[in-house]
Amino acid sequence: MRSVFPILIVVVALLLFWYAAAFSLNSTWAYNKAERAGVNLSFSELVSDTWSQEKPKLPAPHQVGVEIWKTTVEKKISSKRSLIYHSWITLSSTLLGFVIGTSLGIILAIGIVHNNAMNMSVMPWAIASQTVPILAIAPMIIVVLNSVGVQGLLPKAIISSYLSFFPVVVGMVKGLRSPETMHTDLLHTYSATNSQKFWKLRLPTSMPFLFASLKIGIAASLVGAIVGELPTGAVKGLGARLLAGSYYGQTIQIWSALIMAAILAASLVAIINIIQNSTLKKMGMT
Amino acid sequence: MNLVILALIIWILAWFLNVKLADSSLSDSRFIKFLVPTIFGTTIVVVWELLVRGWQVPLVILPPPSLVIITAFENLGILWKDLNQTFFKGALRGYLIGCGSAIIVGVLVERYEALRLGMLPVANFMAALPIVGTAPILVMWFGFDWESKAAVVVVMVFFPMLINTVAGLQESTKIQNDLLQTYAASKTQTFLKLRFPAAMPFIFNGLKICTTLALIGAIVAEFFGSPTLGMGFRISTSVGQLALDMVWAEIVVAALAGSLFYGLMAIIEKGVTFWHPSQRG
Repeated sequence: MRSVFPILIVVVALLLFWYAAAFSLNSTWAYNKAERAGVNLSFSELVSDTWSQEKPKLPAPHQVGVEIWKTTVEKKISSKRSLIYHSWITLSSTLLGFVIGTSLGIILAIGIVHNNAMNMSVMPWAIASQTVPILAIAPMIIVVLNSVGVQGLLPKAIISSYLSFFPVVVGMVKGLRSPETMHTDLLHTYSATNSQKFWKLRLPTSMPFLFASLKIGIAASLVGAIVGELPTGAVKGLGARLLAGSYYGQTIQIWSALIMAAILAASLVAIINIIQNSTLKKMGMT
Repeated sequence: MNLVILALIIWILAWFLNVKLADSSLSDSRFIKFLVPTIFGTTIVVVWELLVRGWQVPLVILPPPSLVIITAFENLGILWKDLNQTFFKGALRGYLIGCGSAIIVGVLVERYEALRLGMLPVANFMAALPIVGTAPILVMWFGFDWESKAAVVVVMVFFPMLINTVAGLQESTKIQNDLLQTYAASKTQTFLKLRFPAAMPFIFNGLKICTTLALIGAIVAEFFGSPTLGMGFRISTSVGQLALDMVWAEIVVAALAGSLFYGLMAIIEKGVTFWHPSQRG
């Protein structure tokens, strides 16, 4: 708890910096407007103008806050302008992709741990694939799947699953290999079968590794879902809000979508954190 | 149909060979460790080629690898210009600025306890966010050319790099610090001779993670607007024209550039952190 105070100070400093930046970035526009109208701006007028423009270069935090409030609480959830509706679209493909990617990743990791040939042939590629900007193929996946008639949720979910797949594979292989020789030897003296070894030793010991990679994976999934909405000119989802905002210069809309995505990412990671803590506690690992 | 059967046979044969190699007594040798993944990779490409030709998959869904290679060689000039625009102008400059400033900030943050307690949770939070979403804003601020791409890269690499730097600077042990104190080393000397070198494995870990982030940032930022060249621009317009062979050619170039960039960092790491157990193995 002793770290709450410094964190608060940093957050407040960031907000102050944000206001200052909004002032300096928007002041040119305010000056130009005042000049055209033939008015002389006093300093306080200038400040209030830079923080309340309709299409500012950088909206002030309270403008973004008001926009989020308007588009979440005051709009009906079914409305096309409700941010909750768009978040749900993005969240659903994120979760679907995350589940697919994680399950495939765990299965592949189990195969890699139990099969030497698979380990030697697949593992180097799984590691190398981390150095490849996978996100670049997002538009292609969308268009290709579209051309074979797959639309809607699934193409985005595939990008999400692809992004969450590799962290899970690499983390789980590490985790399933983490039991010490002493432990595996002990099970060996019990003449445990391979599957018994897996269920009673390898899988439980891999849990901390699994949760660490799940946290990376879900954040990557969300990025995948948002980027997946960009290239096709999608009309629904947070990515679509970003794109539409950038087309029409609606900076407040962009920022509110961005903050919403941040809240979404933070809560997803927090949920996994809670599951991790309670699971590890029940298993007696913390 | 024959080609499909051929693909299946090649797959089984290659897999059989790999199983034999992996279980052989020589499986610990360097050559086999290199050979097995190579066989696997080659098999996938060959099977892909045969399946695409055998089933006559339309070009707009999946082009055969041979066509991708031919397209790549025919358009080497374009690919090079795109690479130059996206990688050397956008990603690399952003990478240098972002990682450089993150290391400097990390050193400052580590120096002051209060700053560290406040900054680190915030930085951890930021690192998990979909920062790539700031791309449309930065494109609006810095224009369509490489400056905006570099800016996106700076924002993307900053926080992972900061976290790694701070974690690394806490790596030196109490005994080591005490030893330097018995030498009457000044704070600067302790920093230069102990704490900064000790942070190097973490800093390089961050640098390696950021190579991929930098490329992703530069490419995705181009989806929001770019001059008429660049890898992201080429990918999105070629997808629009259903010229999938060109898209794949760009992806191959991106993959190569990403791997080489990563490899370069790994080589420099090997030179700098030669003392670390993970490098001596």
